[in-house]
Amino acid sequence: MDMQVAKKKLGLKERYAVMTRGLDWKPSYQKMEDIYPYMAYEGIKIHDWDKWEDPFRLTMDAYWKYQAEKERKLYAIIDAFNQNNGHLNVTDARYLNTVKLFISGISPLEYVAHRGFSHVGRQFPGPGPRVACLMQALDEIRHAQTQVHSISNYNKYYNGMHDFHHAHDRVWFLSVPKSFFDDAITAGPFEFMVSIGFSFEYVLTNLLFVPFVSGAAYNGDMGTMTFGFSAQSDEARHMTLGLEVIKFILQQDPANVPIVQRWIDKWTWRGYRVLTLVAMMMDYMLPKRTMSWKEAWEVYFEENGGALFKDLARYGIKMPDCAAQIALEKDHLSHQAWSTFYNYAAASNFHTWMPDEEEMAWLSSKYPNSYDKYYRPRMEFWREEAAKGNRFYNKTLPMLCQTCQIPMIFTEPGDPTKICYREVDYKGDKYHFCSDHCKKIFEDEPEKYVQAWLPVHQIYQGNCFPEGTDPTVEGFDPLAAVLKYYNLEFGRDNLDFDISEDKKNFAEWRGQATKNV
Amino acid sequence: MAVAAVKTYEFPPADTVDKFHGAQLLYIGWEDHLLFCAPFAFPFPPTMRFGDILAGVLPGVFGYHPDFAKIDWAKAEWFKSGQPWQPDADKSLAENGLKHKDVIRFRTPGLTGIKGSCS
Repeated sequence: MDMQVAKKKLGLKERYAVMTRGLDWKPSYQKMEDIYPYMAYEGIKIHDWDKWEDPFRLTMDAYWKYQAEKERKLYAIIDAFNQNNGHLNVTDARYLNTVKLFISGISPLEYVAHRGFSHVGRQFPGPGPRVACLMQALDEIRHAQTQVHSISNYNKYYNGMHDFHHAHDRVWFLSVPKSFFDDAITAGPFEFMVSIGFSFEYVLTNLLFVPFVSGAAYNGDMGTMTFGFSAQSDEARHMTLGLEVIKFILQQDPANVPIVQRWIDKWTWRGYRVLTLVAMMMDYMLPKRTMSWKEAWEVYFEENGGALFKDLARYGIKMPDCAAQIALEKDHLSHQAWSTFYNYAAASNFHTWMPDEEEMAWLSSKYPNSYDKYYRPRMEFWREEAAKGNRFYNKTLPMLCQTCQIPMIFTEPGDPTKICYREVDYKGDKYHFCSDHCKKIFEDEPEKYVQAWLPVHQIYQGNCFPEGTDPTVEGFDPLAAVLKYYNLEFGRDNLDFDISEDKKNFAEWRGQATKNV
Repeated sequence: MAVAAVKTYEFPPADTVDKFHGAQLLYIGWEDHLLFCAPFAFPFPPTMRFGDILAGVLPGVFGYHPDFAKIDWAKAEWFKSGQPWQPDADKSLAENGLKHKDVIRFRTPGLTGIKGSCS
């Protein structure tokens, strides 16, 4: 009888080497620059890809195993949540608007992140970063998918979520997150890694995911909360990758430092402008608040980010200049943003409302320097007018910032009573900006931003009506035509929360679940 | 500084005046009245009389605000791109020197919004 000799098992380290770097080879009859054509044009110099330290030694087979395990748990909980009418356990029906904001504003970005990481994962000559990007690309598409699955149950009962991806590509305010990511994926591979891998995933991610996931936990939304936990270990990996990328690029050549600094400055500001949506979500949309936007900014950016930039000082990187302006805006951002959505409630895919007395008291206590002086009078006026049946709906389209695409709602740094206007003349046309930082981003690459698809201008060009619409006919109603183009139903998906079908249905269904009728 | 690109990178701007069917964009903001969250964008023909904007457009846009009815237009201060500017109500936008994507604002002295909060 032959002896069965056990196959020698590879150790973890060898296994990792064989299944990542071992998969790479040196091309013999093609030039490296033909295989990796996007490596040089951004001006970043990499001398030795082997210096890349893999921050996590994960191989593809182990990756599948971990993710499959997480999926099993996630879907078991989502099923239980759905089967037990978990949607009726959220704090109150206003919370659903946070979910709408998330599915139409954030989830589509996960998908674009997937595309971005797939692209750069192909472009880097080093096998270490290629494998890391491949995994992140898979994470991102998994996140998009699990978010859609977690939230789809709400779509069975509530309005505004039915065509979230269509909305993402069209609705005026969704051009803000959309153009942010479009800007990143149309940049070169290195800028993409600094923008999304570092600035977004490392510096700002805690300000995006923690508020949504803890907001879900505080407000009884077990589906979204569980998704958040399922993504958490991925996010930790993404943060590590983001930091490794930065350090690697900076160590490779001193000429890389100013380029990377400019990208960090740009993308911290771009990301912060997108977080305007999160700020108002935290302060106005969560029926049960977790912390104020200002507190979140102080903890996650000023403290944690401050420590990070101290650490990066040894590579020659400093805190972005925009941090000074953001510090001035933290008392105002969420109030200005919520006022904007209250203005344009007729054109949005979620409902808005005015805070009640108790919520205003909370805002006053969290924002003692600004709320009572600048924002309470405005909001009390709106509340009184709404009570009289004269709810304010602003039906005139706003002027937008050419770079961040947010309406020009932001005030001068240090003077919350004056709108901040900045402008540039470029090749015979005027371009307008909300801030010095958005203006500088434009001036650095005007060729890119003159192409911006600004929703307001597109509407006025006649590009945002359903096919066959004739805007010249008597009595043409542009808002109605634009809502049709958005695939939103007037009176159902938009307007004030108080008169919404969501509010009525939720009260009725919760009544059935908790009372004997 | 130019955009980093692998080859010539030249694309037409998205918002040139020829795309607005004979209109040009004009942005109008009302200082100290942030109840209206941002300045407004309008597509107006360059031949439009400036006075027709004051009388025919602004009331529908800003009229919700209790201060609007109190405006004394003779005292209103105008700014174009942030610089003091004097429009002539009887002249057209073009004759007033307004070009595509110009931004003008007006200040109404004495009127500072809801309870003086610049809202």
